[in-house]
Amino acid sequence: MSNCCTTTASTTVDLTKVKPYGDTMNDGKMELAFSLPVPYGEEAEEAAKQLLKQMGMTEPSVTYSKDMGGGFTFFVCYAACQQTVDFTSIHVTKVEGEVMDRVECGEYIEKNIKRPVVVVGASTGSDAHTVGIDAIMNMKGFHGHFGLERFKNMEAYNYGSQVPNEELIAHAIEKNADAILVSQTVTQKDIHIMNLTNMVELLEAEGIRDKVLLICGGPRISHELAQELGYDAGFGPHKYAEHVGSFIITEIVKRGWQKKEPLK
Amino acid sequence: MMKSKLNLDSAKIAHARATAAGIAKDMQEFIDSHTTVSTERTILRLLGVDGVDDVETPLPNVVVDQIKEAGGLPRGVAYWMGNAMIQTGLKPQEIAEKMAAGELDITKLPTATSKEAEEAIMPLVHESLKRIKAQTAKRNEYIEKLGEGPKPYLYVIVATGNIYEDVTQAQNAARQGADVIAVIRTTAQSLLDYVPYGPTTEGFGGTYATQENFRIMRKALDEVGEEVGRYIRLCNYSSGMCMPEIAAMGALERLDVMLNDAIYGILFRDINMQRTIVDQFFSRVIIGYCDIIFNSGEDNYLTTDDAYEAAHTVLASQFINEQFAVLANVKEHQMGLGHAFEMDPEMENGFLYELAQACMAREIFPNACLKYMPPTKFMTGNIFRGHIQDALFNLVSIWSHQGIQLLGMLTEAIHTPHMHDRYLSIENAKYIFNNCKNIGDDLIFKEDGIMQKRAQFVLDEADKLLSQVKADGLFHTIEQGKFGGVKRARDGGKGLEGVCVKDEQYFNPFIPLMLGGAE
Repeated sequence: MSNCCTTTASTTVDLTKVKPYGDTMNDGKMELAFSLPVPYGEEAEEAAKQLLKQMGMTEPSVTYSKDMGGGFTFFVCYAACQQTVDFTSIHVTKVEGEVMDRVECGEYIEKNIKRPVVVVGASTGSDAHTVGIDAIMNMKGFHGHFGLERFKNMEAYNYGSQVPNEELIAHAIEKNADAILVSQTVTQKDIHIMNLTNMVELLEAEGIRDKVLLICGGPRISHELAQELGYDAGFGPHKYAEHVGSFIITEIVKRGWQKKEPLK
Repeated sequence: MMKSKLNLDSAKIAHARATAAGIAKDMQEFIDSHTTVSTERTILRLLGVDGVDDVETPLPNVVVDQIKEAGGLPRGVAYWMGNAMIQTGLKPQEIAEKMAAGELDITKLPTATSKEAEEAIMPLVHESLKRIKAQTAKRNEYIEKLGEGPKPYLYVIVATGNIYEDVTQAQNAARQGADVIAVIRTTAQSLLDYVPYGPTTEGFGGTYATQENFRIMRKALDEVGEEVGRYIRLCNYSSGMCMPEIAAMGALERLDVMLNDAIYGILFRDINMQRTIVDQFFSRVIIGYCDIIFNSGEDNYLTTDDAYEAAHTVLASQFINEQFAVLANVKEHQMGLGHAFEMDPEMENGFLYELAQACMAREIFPNACLKYMPPTKFMTGNIFRGHIQDALFNLVSIWSHQGIQLLGMLTEAIHTPHMHDRYLSIENAKYIFNNCKNIGDDLIFKEDGIMQKRAQFVLDEADKLLSQVKADGLFHTIEQGKFGGVKRARDGGKGLEGVCVKDEQYFNPFIPLMLGGAE
């Protein structure tokens, strides 16, 4: 308590009522950038300010506006936010469990599973982007984090992009996979949701949904979304092979899949 | 030749180029003895066959599939069409419609000689070439009348999935200063073995490359070009399973730039290598003929492989793409050889390596319209840092005299560009291009410094790799995963069933005429 008493009330954060911080506690300052489909001019600036006020902000200021042509205007704005959030009541769904590094994962498998762990993955549906699945699976990995192919006691098969869900399931059965990784990069018009849901339905139709770990990943994927869609886990940005690998191997042990029956 | 700022060994460059020429020539024997369903459909499109049947199958597919099923593909559709014209007195479009209606079996008609069939079809071939040449002339007229932006051309993408929304975005991008508009194609199209028909209003991650979409965007860019007083170039994809068909559509609808790579589809779309190598040839003959700039896709190697370690694979592939283009009579100024600014931004001196490599590409391909691709792999969603990464990328580009600058977007890795993202990128590039216009003419590099050594090393490695490819053959090299770290089997991938050996009477009337620059 001694520290808190030396500061004034206005500079102490109240975690039940958190506001944006610019340079003074609770000043609420935010920067916003957007375009409106209105012609450039003073009326356009006024429209931007009114919009910010309706968003519950005060002191709206348009610091820059630019004619985009064709009856559109771009704005850079500052305003003070009046809304608050209660940080103490926040609960986020996360992938639970300890994250082991590549070497520890290999040792964990040797000690606790005593057989190779098989993982198949692809960017499925019409999605042609391999950057996500490559980052997790390929030998080189991403940003100094080696991929699953380089993990000891793990067999990782990356089937690339535009793989139909049916085909990835067939590969999973053929390899008797412990886990299926589905990567989705394109999210326009929620195409990833449709494709991810289709994968769950197909696995259920095959009668193997509960015999395999189903994991999705991509820049717009969260663990919460993944669980909503019926996946065991979802991995978004800043998650690497060790996060995915640790989840898979601890789940195998948790579920007692050390001596796993063939999928089919 | 200008003195090399990077102190590159001109004998080594010549050796690498000669080796690549040998690689391309070895493949040409294979190409000349084979044809594909997409090559044949291209001939039909150039003869004016268009439209779809009652289940939405494009008529070029209807005709080629029927011929293929009857075992007639090795003779080629030009023969069968020419023969059908003689026997029925109908035009190719009418013949195709009758085939679609089940009223005509083109392979069961009496048969004329291949010489007679060729004579019957030739007037239509010349008519088609005249239409294409008229489009090329129109481009030249526009450029003469309106002028064009200085190089590097500012290239931006539109990707709303609705061609009409794309028009709004494209016209505004032109008003903001863009020189090239690339209409992003829905990722699903590359694996379709047909070209969809009609306008797209609900695409995912882009629109389909259709002739109607080409027409709609061409008209919109001509209009805005008149408005801003600058010719605006249109870009789309001559790639995937229908590489040459889309090139033909591009030629007919006056596209100016097309993404077209001899080996990209093999590596990154898992299209069969035999199919792709044959298809790329006809697509490039068309592109060469009508003065389209092609863009090769070497930048992609650096997203699947490490940009620093794999730099020599980019250079080796550029040499190969250049030599395939030479065989298709594509001129140097049409060669948009690709490369990219993709090193990890946390790498010490990464900027120096990027600059060295970009200058190296310029010195080795002095007259090419080099296409420089922005950072994507290490864009994080931190738009503020992203904007700086793009600024460094722009600085390298103006310094090394690139031909086409695919503008990086600060929102890369978040969404397809919003209207103002494009504006901010154009502003970024224009500021740097103007502020540093002649930096490359004034600054030279330290003898045996970091940059000279880097460029020399990459050239050495590329030369070695090319010698290896020459010894092993291109197909075998790809089987080993030497490009982009991706391995593909000779008989694997999609579309092999659409490849066949030509018979002795086969002819494709367009190739010799286009190579000879007819009309």
